Amino acid sequence: MTFYKTRKDLLYLAIFALVIVAMPLWLKPFGAGYPDLMQRFMIFGVFAIGFNILFGMTGYLSFGHAAFLGAGSYAAVWSFKLLSLNPIPALLFAMVVGGVFAALVGVVSLRRSGIYFSILTLAFAQMSYSLAYSVLMPITHGDSGLQLANTDPRVLDRLFGADGTLPNLFGLSMHGMYGFYFCALILLACFYFSMRLDNSPFGMALRAIKSNQTRMSYTGFNTKPYARTAFIISGMYAGLAGGMLAVTDPLAGAERMQWTASGEVVLMTILGGAGTLLGPFIGAVIIKYFENIFSAFSDAKLNEIFAFLPDGLQDFIVMIVSPFVGEGWHLTLGIMFMLIVIFLPGGIMEGCRRVMKNLRRRSSEHPTRRSQLKPAE
Amino acid sequence: MDWLILQFLNGLDKGGAYALIALGLTLVFGTLGVVNFAHGALFMIGAFCAVVFSRLVRLETVTVDPERLSPWGTPLEVRTPVVELWLGDFGTFLVQYSVPLAILLAIPVMLLIGWAMERGLIRHFYKRTHAEQILVTFGLAIVLQEIVKASFGANAIPVYAPPAVSSSLNLSASLGIGTDIFYPWWRLIYLGSALLIIGLVIAFLQFTTYGMVIRAGMEDRQTVGFLGINIQKRFTVVFGIAAVVAGVAGVLYSPIVSPNYHLGMDFLVLSFVVVVVGGMGSIPGAVLAGFLLGIVESFASMAAVTRVLPAIDQVILYVVAIIVLLTLPRGLMGRKGVMEG
Repeated sequence: MTFYKTRKDLLYLAIFALVIVAMPLWLKPFGAGYPDLMQRFMIFGVFAIGFNILFGMTGYLSFGHAAFLGAGSYAAVWSFKLLSLNPIPALLFAMVVGGVFAALVGVVSLRRSGIYFSILTLAFAQMSYSLAYSVLMPITHGDSGLQLANTDPRVLDRLFGADGTLPNLFGLSMHGMYGFYFCALILLACFYFSMRLDNSPFGMALRAIKSNQTRMSYTGFNTKPYARTAFIISGMYAGLAGGMLAVTDPLAGAERMQWTASGEVVLMTILGGAGTLLGPFIGAVIIKYFENIFSAFSDAKLNEIFAFLPDGLQDFIVMIVSPFVGEGWHLTLGIMFMLIVIFLPGGIMEGCRRVMKNLRRRSSEHPTRRSQLKPAE
Repeated sequence: MDWLILQFLNGLDKGGAYALIALGLTLVFGTLGVVNFAHGALFMIGAFCAVVFSRLVRLETVTVDPERLSPWGTPLEVRTPVVELWLGDFGTFLVQYSVPLAILLAIPVMLLIGWAMERGLIRHFYKRTHAEQILVTFGLAIVLQEIVKASFGANAIPVYAPPAVSSSLNLSASLGIGTDIFYPWWRLIYLGSALLIIGLVIAFLQFTTYGMVIRAGMEDRQTVGFLGINIQKRFTVVFGIAAVVAGVAGVLYSPIVSPNYHLGMDFLVLSFVVVVVGGMGSIPGAVLAGFLLGIVESFASMAAVTRVLPAIDQVILYVVAIIVLLTLPRGLMGRKGVMEG
């Protein structure tokens, strides 16, 4: 049984890997086949998959996850500055920092659950955000953000005689296509890990906590260490994602910790489908894709697009559409958020499942209709 | 002594805003059981009611006066608000007192928005989980905030208190203490109105039959329903009241902090902290915690304190909230059995 399950998992993973690796090909027709955007897909995919371990599996809604992402970014940039421009130590460092930070926040926040947990995590995130602008200035460099400089010590680089001014993996630039494949590898590893976690007894315990924590406690099961571990793991994912952001663009700023950023990852997870493996990644891709496309629109471009319409109609449509694109992209995001929560709380994955079910029912129309005619059992 | 009084008044002012928003939040939570993340947006919309009203009464006509010359030698353009032309002295009064008068605009607007929100959205989320309530109202807050941003721009818009009360009161003279303590009149008026509004809401709940039924519904909604009372309708009214309170608070606060589109979000997070510290669903708790936290924040932002503990003013509220949540699971005045998870 387990063997069968593992084999099915491996097949799932292989298909997923194939889709990811072929991304530059199939995203080209959508105008998204360039490395910068695809890197962001990967990075926020990691972030959302990690968030899902906490929210989707364990049922704790954290509103402060961006704090771990920001901390990871700072950690990675510091590793670039002090140790080496190689991304591997930077990402390890970012993960450790994200995990330790999550452990500290978790000790306090996880003593409560439900909305108190949400508010506690929000409070911690807001605290780190305002501290990053004041007391922690020597670490964060406040408004100007943490940047690389030629005068950085970079102990390891000096030792091995490596040079360069941007993060690179043994000479491979992390900015273009190599950067994308590097991020894709990390995403696949993260996806595989969360898949294994989902199938493990540990994942089962997390799901049990989500469905009824009180009942779990009554059966003599100490839920706290499990929730805490889930929180730390998801903090490490967030730290890793923050580190990846720094790898592709070596700059860290406190605005990444703002609570709107925390809201964004919640939205990604919900949009794709909380509690599913693939959902959060799909949500991340969709949101980052539309953010990129929509926020680039301007009135001139809209006029160009609707130029085929008669003049009056064209002006009218441009007038209606323009508040939702460009600067107003967040409005679209908010509306999308509401629609998803209202009509499809299970997210896109749930929607797919419903469509599939409908199709299946329709294809086997006859037998079902006959069975419906039978008296109730 | 002077600084003590000043910081205390500052704290009460800040606390007034927290208490008014938190009052609405906790009312909605206590009656409808809904966690409303869009409540801060209502405060922001109230503040923008003041902006709209003062813009409306300041619509100007431009007439060219050939008699008088500007420094550049061209005829001087005289701008007069239309209402002054039409209504004379009453028009001037309208222009000068635009902020307090904006309350008259804010009340129907907030009632309408509150009613629409409750009927259109919140109602369908009573039975859903708290997480889903938080998420949908969070989305609504983003939408409202972005609509305001799209129509009024991203910059803060200053609104002015009536000139008659834009000066400061010499507190030392009127109280007979200290040397020189000056405090802006408007802030004192604001504080007074905040206390008045809080008093009115509590009196409504405490001393009217309607309020008594609402309190009974908060205790045991099912039994009140069995007695043949349409408690749902009254809870909708409560939501409207909460929206009006937030809106009026926004109007009154607008001369103190210029309204901008993220005003609501800024206050929302802190108001949630206030509600949690006071105890979810507890009205006196929210008021008490609002004023307490305002005062704590005000004293923490003093130079003498920040020199010892840098940036403590920005985190003190969160620190207090964390300590309270960990030591008193129900907050300061929360009822037993309400949201203790």
